[in-house]
Amino acid sequence: MPEPVIEVRDLRTYFRTPGGIARAVDGVSFSINEGETFSLVGESGCGKSVTALSVIQLVPVPAGFIAGGEVLLRGRDIVHLSELEKRRIRGNKISMIFQEPMTSLNPVFTIGNQIIETIRLHQKKSTREAKTIAIEMLRRVGLPEPESMYYEYPHRLSGGQRQRVMIAIALACRPDLLIADEPTTALDVTIQKQILSLIRDLKREMRTAVLLITHNLALVYRNAERVGVMYAGKIVEMAPTRILFRNPMHPYTVKLMHSIPGMDKRGKPLDTIKGTVPPATMFPEGCRFSGRCPVEMEGCSRAEPPLIEYERDHLVACHLYDRGFMDRPVSRPITTGGESAPMRWTPSVKEEILLEVKGLRCYYPIRKGLFKRIVGYVKAVDGVDLTIKKGSILALVGESGCGKTTTGKAILRLIEPKGGRIVFKGRDITSLSEGELKPYRACMQIIFQDPYSSLNPRMMVGEIIEEGLKTLRPEMDRKERQEKVLSVMERVGLSGDMLKRYPHEFSGGQRQRIGIARALAVDPEFIVCDEAVSALDVSVQAQILNLLKSIQKDSGISFLFITHDLSVVEYIADEVCVMYKGKIVERGGVEKIFSSPEDEYTRTLLEAVPRID
Amino acid sequence: MPVVLSTDLIVYFLVLLIIYCAFAVRKEGYLSIAWHQIRTNKLAMVSMFILFLYIGVALLDSIRWRDVVLDSEGRVMHKEDGSVIYSPQALSLLDRLLHDMRVNTEKTFSAPLATHLYVKETIELPDGTRIRDYPPLKYPGTHLLGTDKVGNDVLFSAIKGIRTGIVIGTGTTIIIIPFAILFGVLAGFYGGVVDDIIQYIYTTLSSIPSVLLIVAFMLIFGERGYQGGLITEEDIFFKIFVPNDRLFWLCVIMGITSWTDLCRLLRGETLKLREMDYVQAARAFGVSSLRIIYRHIVPNVMHIVLITFVLQFSGLVLAEAILSYIGIGVGPEMGSWGNMINTARLELSREPIVWWNLFAAFIFMFGLVLPANIFGDAVRDALDPRLRVR
Amino acid sequence: MLAYIIRRVLYAFPIIMGVNLLTTVLFFYVNTPDDMARKILGEKNITQEAIENWKRDRGYDLPVFINTEEKGLAMITQTIFFQKSLPLLWFDFGRSDRNNIDIGREIQKRMWPSLSISLPMFIIGIMANLTFAMLIAFYRGTYLDIWGVVLCVIMMSISTLFYIIGGQYLLGKVLKLFPISGYDTGIYSIKFIILPVIIGVISTMGVGIRFYRTVFLEEINKDYIRTASAKGLSETRVLFKHALKNAMIPVLTNVVVSIPFLFYGSLIMEAFFAIPGLGSFTIDAIQAQDFAIVRSMVYLGSILYIVGLILTDISYTLVDPRIRLE
Repeated sequence: MPEPVIEVRDLRTYFRTPGGIARAVDGVSFSINEGETFSLVGESGCGKSVTALSVIQLVPVPAGFIAGGEVLLRGRDIVHLSELEKRRIRGNKISMIFQEPMTSLNPVFTIGNQIIETIRLHQKKSTREAKTIAIEMLRRVGLPEPESMYYEYPHRLSGGQRQRVMIAIALACRPDLLIADEPTTALDVTIQKQILSLIRDLKREMRTAVLLITHNLALVYRNAERVGVMYAGKIVEMAPTRILFRNPMHPYTVKLMHSIPGMDKRGKPLDTIKGTVPPATMFPEGCRFSGRCPVEMEGCSRAEPPLIEYERDHLVACHLYDRGFMDRPVSRPITTGGESAPMRWTPSVKEEILLEVKGLRCYYPIRKGLFKRIVGYVKAVDGVDLTIKKGSILALVGESGCGKTTTGKAILRLIEPKGGRIVFKGRDITSLSEGELKPYRACMQIIFQDPYSSLNPRMMVGEIIEEGLKTLRPEMDRKERQEKVLSVMERVGLSGDMLKRYPHEFSGGQRQRIGIARALAVDPEFIVCDEAVSALDVSVQAQILNLLKSIQKDSGISFLFITHDLSVVEYIADEVCVMYKGKIVERGGVEKIFSSPEDEYTRTLLEAVPRID
Repeated sequence: MPVVLSTDLIVYFLVLLIIYCAFAVRKEGYLSIAWHQIRTNKLAMVSMFILFLYIGVALLDSIRWRDVVLDSEGRVMHKEDGSVIYSPQALSLLDRLLHDMRVNTEKTFSAPLATHLYVKETIELPDGTRIRDYPPLKYPGTHLLGTDKVGNDVLFSAIKGIRTGIVIGTGTTIIIIPFAILFGVLAGFYGGVVDDIIQYIYTTLSSIPSVLLIVAFMLIFGERGYQGGLITEEDIFFKIFVPNDRLFWLCVIMGITSWTDLCRLLRGETLKLREMDYVQAARAFGVSSLRIIYRHIVPNVMHIVLITFVLQFSGLVLAEAILSYIGIGVGPEMGSWGNMINTARLELSREPIVWWNLFAAFIFMFGLVLPANIFGDAVRDALDPRLRVR
Repeated sequence: MLAYIIRRVLYAFPIIMGVNLLTTVLFFYVNTPDDMARKILGEKNITQEAIENWKRDRGYDLPVFINTEEKGLAMITQTIFFQKSLPLLWFDFGRSDRNNIDIGREIQKRMWPSLSISLPMFIIGIMANLTFAMLIAFYRGTYLDIWGVVLCVIMMSISTLFYIIGGQYLLGKVLKLFPISGYDTGIYSIKFIILPVIIGVISTMGVGIRFYRTVFLEEINKDYIRTASAKGLSETRVLFKHALKNAMIPVLTNVVVSIPFLFYGSLIMEAFFAIPGLGSFTIDAIQAQDFAIVRSMVYLGSILYIVGLILTDISYTLVDPRIRLE
């Protein structure tokens, strides 16, 4: 057995917060061998990023501190080294790339400057030698014209190119371990694929160990040899990738995998996890998943399950796999009874056309020169045709900047289109005045991506949901409105006592429910979902997708589902339009597009999506 | 007969505002969260207590009335037309509470708690001989901070400066807030020509050196108003109201010069808020622009207004002293720390020096500005987490 | 860049016109030339004839904005506004109301003493503030930081007046290190400059250090700083190379706009230290209620402010490669 490059033993990283000590990482152990990719996967707040920062010894001070455990780099503990010695390791033996390529590079220094800085720091090289190495690295990470790229400033590069520069910086000293913390989360899926295969190639070539931190299970499946699933500061299951995906053992892992949307789950509700992740200051005493676990037993909330090797290389921390525990009476299951029997949905799509968009164009002027004259236009949306049938879900997919959000807002006349026609139920609403538009406002609603900026923080939940009724249903009195608000809150799964509370008291998923309730309150026939589930963790996303799907089924509302996430599309949509550079490049039924795409771009897009077979 | 100065209204308004805030923090909402955070900060709480003390004194000093004039036999005097004659002196509640301190004046300088004057005089002894010595005080040992050149109690002058400080510190911002919100929000929300015009106005205003603008304004408006001291019949409107108060004009012009910063901040914030999803959601409901401004924009910029209010306070108090020092601040008869410093400065060159005047002004000003700074920081940290720096 | 500067200069015209309009309204409408004459001539029972003479001498006998007695273009040109505003464009400030001195020449003469005080104050002040701010930002979270900030808050709670009075008393009178006030020509002025500079620097340190500290800490929390630390750079290098250059951007906004004002002098400092600069010139004019001088200084101030804004924008391009002036 080869000696591991890095070995983490019982790592504990805590943070001092006003609410007490937050145990962000609480006893994590793993090791990574040379040339191996180990992935830590989990939902937000599980402690995966803090683990990464602890490994490279960059826990934010003074709030955070390593409370215990060891990090062995080729057998040497680095937790207790002096700051000077730690600096010799950072960027040299262990290096790291981050999620946000747009802000991770210093804007005021050239690319070349930022690369040679690392080289000169860790290796005895002259500036000229360092420059040669830097240009070579730029070439290796696949940047065009490395010689001139060397003198560029970061803002001139795209997000993908910047991430390549980050990789060049990280690998410039040929480190033993590369930590990649959500390296592609901020990038488009086609760029994501390129970046990940670049990391894979360079890893193979340099025999670097890679610690890949991500929330995306499919990405893990394609890119890691071994996986650790994290939940609430602990690794709950760890195994070689193939084994884990073939045979997930921990109830959390199982649930997580079942909540990923996809083609195979069409027509069925997604599996969800009840409740929310507890805050790091108050983890449950026993198993941290207790209270949310579908197969919870009586003793689970009292005793913490250790991480045991149940099969060869397959470690799991669950009492289910602990014979000693299962033999005792504490293993009586708790019947929660909350789980409803899975139902099947049948499409209720009618052939009647609800909304028709013809040749929609939205241009933004480019101004230049002495008097800021308009010299041209950015064609954000350039002749888009869409047809949405009554009761159907049309997905509009595309990468960032393709104009899909602009299209959605222009349909609702939140952005004034420059040309084209929007026909809703046979009436052209493109040039109606705001007054004439009012009856249509109730029919067409929108749900936003960011659950934090979509609710006015100064308004109570009741007022937020009521707002549309006040404007659009002036004939309703206070009591009728109140009843209506309560009924939609119940519909989206919020309890009535939340009426007088403010948005900040709710979790992301609950906020998204409030946003949905707000849209539903005015009884719309058509809702634009602008990346409505993209900011959510996969288990919460599953809940919201189930909710949207059931709304579609029950009330026959049509949806325009704007998203970049193809797995959501194949799960929920009836029809798909693929958008690229302001134009629709391909349209059709979901099955057809996903099985036999015709357009070149659609094919690239589909191939880039990581999948679990 | 009560008398109300326009600046008294500012103090009343400030007190009402504090009471309103006290009720608002009881409700659930961002104010109550902020309040809970401020409450954990002991230093801020002490500062708040001190500020309340100052404001309390200012309030006492803003409730004033004129007494009837009595003749030598103690009867109320009347004018020829039969109306009662009131004294031109509108003494405040504070003046009346501190009656002894106000009227027990000495001849000239005396050191804190001294029993004798600070300067030698020729005294005629009972036996007829004349010596040069320090004459005894009329009220020995009662002047905690001594007396000034004309024998007034220094502590009393310093206390009288409190109201001026509080009025300048709060009144200035209170007067400009409505305009700043109106113009800032309109410029940010509507953009285009409205924005151009408003930006033009505030760029023009801020391009004028603020001291000079204040000077010009005060030379023109301030000269004609009530300067402090006695009230003449021309000053009074509707029997009790004195609108043309020099201090009020000072608040107005200092408001105009500090207006642009708040306006610019609000414009920037509105530009951001305009694009927020919840504003888009409201527009998707067909909610009118005015209602969006009222429901979604204004409540979400109020924290900036509140932060500006508390952060500007100390700067304004300091600025008032400087302006009064140059001679364009409050009137010479209005109690003010700037005036005190102005007169005390020359006394430093005396031998031995007279320091207590300056000392009193320093302590009282510092005692107001330091807690204001500390409390202001606490409020900013609590209301705007983005500005917080660990 | 050139197009940008041209546009900014063109944009400055309406602002300058606005300033002139405002001062004209303030000084000639709200406060009529008659009021002015009475104040300046001083006597209580002054004859209307004397007032008219005074006004005619200074060209204040014209209508303010529109001359209805004239025809055509002269309707506008034969007015106070036109006659008094237009020459300002080529910096012809005219003569003062009281002593009939040439304001333009006086400004040229007096700006140098102002500069001799404000320039060292400016440079030393920025360097001192930046140095201390970086020091406490470097030791953030330690007692040095906490007490440094406390000291800053205390320092910024003290009025400038006390700094000046205290400084003059302590350094000038008690320790007798420097003359308390006054000015001299040429090289001899140095001994008079030191004291105001020291006091000026110290009095702005509280606000300055705290502001720069906030700027630094904001930069320190940015992502690129984390990248720099992950490279293994020392904290000093992270702070002094990576954070400093980025922090210069907000610092410049604050600092560059005041560079043209170095000529303008400081009212308070010059009054206290008897420096014959533009600040004391202004203060004297205020106390003498000489509106011609005040108006000229307002105009000069606006011009300097606009120049400062343009300089600020240009200085951005020097530190921030993302900004191109279009």
